[in-house]
Amino acid sequence: MDVISEFFSEYDGLAAFRTTIYLTLLSAVLALLIGTVVAVMRVSPVRVLQLIGTAYVNIVRNTPLTLVIVFCNLGLFLQLGVSLANKDSNTFINDNNFRLAVLGLSVYHASFVAEAIRSGVNTVPLGQAEAARAIGLPFLKTLRYVVLPQAFRGAITPLGNVLIALTKNSTVASVIGVTEASAVMKVMIENRPDVLFVVFGIFAIGFVILTLPVGMLFTSMSKRLAVKR
Amino acid sequence: MRQRIIAALGIAGLAATGLVACGDDSGSGSGSGGGEKITIGIKYDQPGIGLKEGTNYTGMDVDVAKYVAKELGYSEDNITFKESPSAQRETLLANGQVKMIFASYSITDARKEKVSFAGPYLTAGQDLLVKADNTDITGPDALNGKKLCSVTGSTSAQKVKDKFAKTVQLQEYDGYSKCVEALGAGAVDALTTDNTILAGYASQAANQGKFKVVGKTFSTERYGVGLKKGDTETCTKVNDALKKMVDSGEWQKAFDKNLGPSGLKLDAATNPPKTFDACA
Repeated sequence: MDVISEFFSEYDGLAAFRTTIYLTLLSAVLALLIGTVVAVMRVSPVRVLQLIGTAYVNIVRNTPLTLVIVFCNLGLFLQLGVSLANKDSNTFINDNNFRLAVLGLSVYHASFVAEAIRSGVNTVPLGQAEAARAIGLPFLKTLRYVVLPQAFRGAITPLGNVLIALTKNSTVASVIGVTEASAVMKVMIENRPDVLFVVFGIFAIGFVILTLPVGMLFTSMSKRLAVKR
Repeated sequence: MRQRIIAALGIAGLAATGLVACGDDSGSGSGSGGGEKITIGIKYDQPGIGLKEGTNYTGMDVDVAKYVAKELGYSEDNITFKESPSAQRETLLANGQVKMIFASYSITDARKEKVSFAGPYLTAGQDLLVKADNTDITGPDALNGKKLCSVTGSTSAQKVKDKFAKTVQLQEYDGYSKCVEALGAGAVDALTTDNTILAGYASQAANQGKFKVVGKTFSTERYGVGLKKGDTETCTKVNDALKKMVDSGEWQKAFDKNLGPSGLKLDAATNPPKTFDACA
């Protein structure tokens, strides 16, 4: 079982999983922000905003993630010259790829977040919004103080699903060279084909350790925070 | 409701036939009869080595594979080529989905634990590909502060960083063609892998005249024929076939056809191969 000690020493697997966690957390925060804005656009009374929100969700959600990530590198960076790091830094490639991957992951998962929040909005009875209007709150305040707080609490389970999917989808970042868990796995498979299944096992367990507690946390949160009606 | 059940059954049935079809897709057994079929694993994405274009397969690996298969008694239309990406090669051999693998497959001790090798049929070496007008990158030790591209999971770029140029920046993609794209756009300064693969890309029609291989190899990659672990019978036959291919001049012809146009110079001491590893 020397391959397990190699995982920790030679290949620095923990650093790889740390990169996976950073990718996931940063993308999750950004995706939540973008997704909330998109969801608000979709439920807003303004027709143009509704159309933009719907178009965003349908275009991004139906584009393969690998394509989105590769586009961030080959399209945005190579062709259009958009770089997200200091070009003269001696870690430019790593920084730039990491940030491009965060951008791609958050833009992609924002569409799922938006749909999760919209489903949460649908759990809020119509009477709530009508009551808010009746006491004179404008649209944004109705959302801010009445609808969205209840919507988020109703959307906890689907949001948890998105977070778990995001954790595993972060492996796609390896196609543009971010050294997260799956990239290190590929290196280990290349060097140690004799212990292929042990290598697979190590990384599978790693991802279970990351995602299982998230699932349990979100399940208990959805129970504790559910709006009692 | 009934319609739904029928639809569901139909889909299940289709899936089952799909699985069965996959199960049939195995390499043929031993023996070399007239109508016997053989499945050979090659790369589909390496110009000059193993490339699939439509229904045509070209490259050095493909020509060597065809010659060896012919010597083993399989006619050319009985050969089925199957893509064997680097990470799957050992598994494809172990469960018999392919009988032989010709896929720029370097002989290493770790791999010998899982598979047997015949050959080597070609000895390549790690090298660098740069833009045609580049003059300051003369070898791996000139890469400090430069940007170097390779493929995720390959050890070649890591080797440069560890042994030759500590401050090189590594860009990894999931395929060499993206590296070539990045090299063309100036986002990286060099691309590293075996000189055979680099030469193949440099001589592709779309890249002609844009890149050059530096020509200073810094590793030895002995391409072997991957076989199921312990298959010494086939191994001996393959080695005999390879020897015949070299002696008859067919090896040189295949090399000139596939890798010659790129101007690639292989180490003359080991190419064409004169001795083969003992089968074990």
